[in-house]
This record gives sequence, C-alpha cells and structure tokens, in this order.
Amino acid sequence: MINEQEVKHIAKLARLGLTPKEIEKMQKDLSLILDYFNLLKTINISDIEPTFHSISNLESFLRRDEKRMESQEEIDKLRKSATEIENGYIRVKKIL
Amino acid sequence: MEIKNLTIKKAHEGLIKKEFSATDLANHFLDKIEALDKDFHSFLTITENLAISQAEEIDELILRGKKIPILAGIPSVIKDNILVKDIRCTAASKILENYIASYDATCVKNLKKQGVVILGKTNMDEFAMGSSGENSGFFPTKNPHDLERVPGGSSSGSAAAVAADLSVFALGSDTCGSIRQPASFCGVVGLKPTYGAVSRYGLIAMASSLDQIGTITKTVEDAKLVFDVISGRDEMDSTSISIRKEENWKLEIKDLKIGVPKEYFAKGIDPEVEKIVKSAIKKYERQGAKIEEVNLPYSTDQALAAYYIIMPSEVSANLARYDGIKYGYATKEAKDLFDFYLKTRREGLGLEVRRRVMLGTYALSAGYYDAYYLRAQKIRTLIKKSFEKAFKKVDVLMTPVSPTTAFKLGEKTADPLSMYLSDIYMGAVNLAGLPAISIPCGKIGNLPVNFQIIGNKFEEYKIIEVGNFFEKS
Repeated sequence: MINEQEVKHIAKLARLGLTPKEIEKMQKDLSLILDYFNLLKTINISDIEPTFHSISNLESFLRRDEKRMESQEEIDKLRKSATEIENGYIRVKKIL
Repeated sequence: MEIKNLTIKKAHEGLIKKEFSATDLANHFLDKIEALDKDFHSFLTITENLAISQAEEIDELILRGKKIPILAGIPSVIKDNILVKDIRCTAASKILENYIASYDATCVKNLKKQGVVILGKTNMDEFAMGSSGENSGFFPTKNPHDLERVPGGSSSGSAAAVAADLSVFALGSDTCGSIRQPASFCGVVGLKPTYGAVSRYGLIAMASSLDQIGTITKTVEDAKLVFDVISGRDEMDSTSISIRKEENWKLEIKDLKIGVPKEYFAKGIDPEVEKIVKSAIKKYERQGAKIEEVNLPYSTDQALAAYYIIMPSEVSANLARYDGIKYGYATKEAKDLFDFYLKTRREGLGLEVRRRVMLGTYALSAGYYDAYYLRAQKIRTLIKKSFEKAFKKVDVLMTPVSPTTAFKLGEKTADPLSMYLSDIYMGAVNLAGLPAISIPCGKIGNLPVNFQIIGNKFEEYKIIEVGNFFEKS
C-alpha cells in the first residue's frame, strides 16, 4: 500500500496539484494498480534484454538541420497562444 | 443517388458520375451532424468553413473535367489529438480548450493533398487515456447502437461518427486498442498499422513508443484506401518507415495458415462473444485455410500489466510540457511559479490523466526503476519473441477484440483497473509494434462484435487482404 506521504511526494515531483479528496482516491487507486503489477513478479527475466523500441528503424534518419523561416503572421499567432506577453517576450511568474 | 452509408468507393463514383457534387456531399453530412450529433456527442469542433472550401475546390476540378483522386471530395473526421492547421485542437482536455493548431499533422497534410474534406474534430478520452470515451474533459460520447452504452475509447467520437454515418471515414490513434476497441463497440472497421507506418508528426503525444495513427472506416477496402495515402516515411518523424506495397498480393485462402492463440480465449471472455469470433474463424477454415492453435505467452494479462507501467512512464514525460506558459490553460491566481504549475495542472488535467502521470513518475522514480520500468521493458521483449515465434508457423493471428460488447455508461468509471482490463486483448500488439485490424463479425442483440487479425510487422496489406476475404464472402 502506497502511503499518503508518497502520494504527496510524487505529486510534487510531477508538478501536479491534488485536492485532499483526490490524494485519498489516488492512494487507493495507485495501490490497486501497483498490486496488479505483482503478476509480473513471477516471470523469469534473467538474461533478457529490455525492448525500448518495438520496431528498430534500420535506416534511422534526421530531418535536415536548416533554418525554417515563418511569416510574421505565423510568429504572431504562436506568440498569441502564450499566457502572458510583455514586449514580445513570454512572461513567467517569479521563481525564487 | 441516395446519400446513405456511402463507402469511399461509392462516394467517389457518385462524384465522378455527377450524381452529387462534393459540396452537396459536405452539406449533407454537415446537416446530418447538426441534426443528430446532439444525441451522440461525437464532435468537439465542426469545421464547416474548411469543409465547404475544400469541397468547392474539388467541384471546380470536376467541372473542368479533371481526373480526381479516389479520396477527393470524400468527407472525413479527425480525432482531436491530430493537428489541423488553424483549427482548435484540444485532445479533449481543458488544458488545451482554446489551443489553435499552428500546423497540419503529416497525415492530415497527405489527406488534404488528395482533396479529402474535413468535417470536424472528434471527441475522445482526454489525451487518448481511456477505453470508453467517458474521460473526455468535455462530455462523453454515446454509442449510436445504444445511447445508454459507451462507444469505446479512446477514439470514441471517430468510431461513433462513422457508425452513425456522420462521416465516410475517420482518423484515430491507437496506443492500446484505441482504434480497434471502439471500432468493435460501434461495429465499424479499425486499422492500427505497424508502429512507424504512419508519421506521428502532429499527433499529440501520449506514449511515444506505442502511439500509432490509423483509420476507422465502414469497410476493409476503405481502410486500405486511406492507409495508402497516410502511410510512408516522413522526415519530420524519425521513427517513420515506408511499408512495401503488396499491390498484387494474391491471396489463396487454401494456402493461408491462421494461428488462434489460446491465451485470448481464456476465462473472462463472454461466451457469446467467443462463439461469434470463433464462427468468423470457422469461415476461413471452411474455405480451406489451416487453423492452428498457438501459444502466445505473456500476451494478455501480463502484457496489459507491462503496458500500464511503460505507457504511464512515457506519459509522465510527454505531459510535462503542459505548464500553462507557452500555450494552453493557465490558472488565474498563483503566488509563485511552483504554485502556478500545481494549480494550472490540477485545474487543466482530468483525474485519469493525473493518475497516469503519477503512476509513471512513481515507476521511473529512484529505487523503483528496475522493479517496474526495466522489468516491464524486459517482458516486452518476451512478448515480441512470442509473436516472432508464432509468425514462423502461421501467416496471421485471429483473436477477439474485446471480452465483451459495449458496456453501460458509468459502469467502469469508479474503478480504473476494471476499465484498464477491458483492453486485455489489445496491449500486446502495441508493445510489439505490430499491425492489426478490427472487423465486424456479428452482433449480440443490437451490439456489434468484432474480431481482430494481427499481422507480422510491415504486413498491413496482408491483413487487409485477409480481412477483405471475410467482408466479401
């Protein structure tokens, strides 16, 4: 069973706000789900390599590294989607 | 000609024979959406202006006597986690409620190049996290066959819209059955291609090693027509690959070896569903196919458990970008940046999304990495090997899609684990990156049942041909 302190710690690491009621529900739900994972414990995995990518791309490639110019209109559209803009910069809350 | 239950081919014929114009077609569907979607809630945004302007372009071509591609003028709907330039894209999340896409996803770009008409963006579980459509941050979609039941998820709106004939076809995405399971609950065809076969550029990421864009259509033939256009290597997605087109795939059913994995017919499946799926497989046998029972170790409950470790781990990284600063919802009052993050993400992200971010953060955190994440990725290797071994003996595998038909709204919302378990036959395919297609094969009462054909990697054209046989015979 995952305890309340652990739930709060993980929420903080993940930058997630939770109400007290949600903390309680999260504790219960996560515990149930983690218990379900027990069915993996009996599988012998010694000498097995992990698979991080199912389909290995034989000819992996990258896009061309070149400057892509966007019109002022497109740039303005992107800027407009930010929460707070000041003098063309994105403004954030104070950190310290 | 009556505009009803049109497939791509029929709609195309109607257009070139001038039985209706592309604009007539678009208007017909837009009117129908307006009249009927209040019952189903399959749309989040209706793109009327875009649809009409696209349709008018096609009518212009037809008028000038130009030959048009088969998808030109065909009405479609796009799951709301796939970007369409200058159209709102929410992933059914409050955190993106007012987000306007600044570019086209590659698959959308490819559709537009062919002249496809986009009617709107469809409802879904928030960030594609769910199996019923009920996790939409806005409202749940209802199953057109029974309004008290779920359409499945996460591509809930896409499946419901095609089933209710509010569109000719739809795009969806499948991370653990999110195309195939709603296709089954709604009785339409769902194709999940090989990982990488369709570029993920412009798909809002959930779990990047598992996500794959695919099609929801009325027929297997339509799935092929759309897949032809959206698949292919894309320089904007380094994991994308090109699939060999087996245009002249000559399928002789008598040469076909079909594997039926025992694990997919174990306890937990509704006996009626089992009967219908087995009779679909019987149909192949009667035509001379060889049916072989195979073992596919770790492919059901263990695969689902491994999936629910790997997916949230990737989710926790992918969803870190929603910080309320660059775009999206932002809280009104916060004392500092940390507080701003907490409040923005609490108010903007639904409970299931936060649950998965929590689970992933936990699985990746110091002290648990080996026990959860690494172990799950090793089990993924075992699952992959199970499939490799099976495909040495058989051409395709046939399984059920879901252990039950569509369940009732609210039936599984209180218990996340019971919701996860409705995808028990889905996860292994995504973990191994394989192509699979979900095809209607019967009904229990008025509720559809689909079966699944799983192919070896890069063999979507083979499963499409095998599926075609079922549909046509």
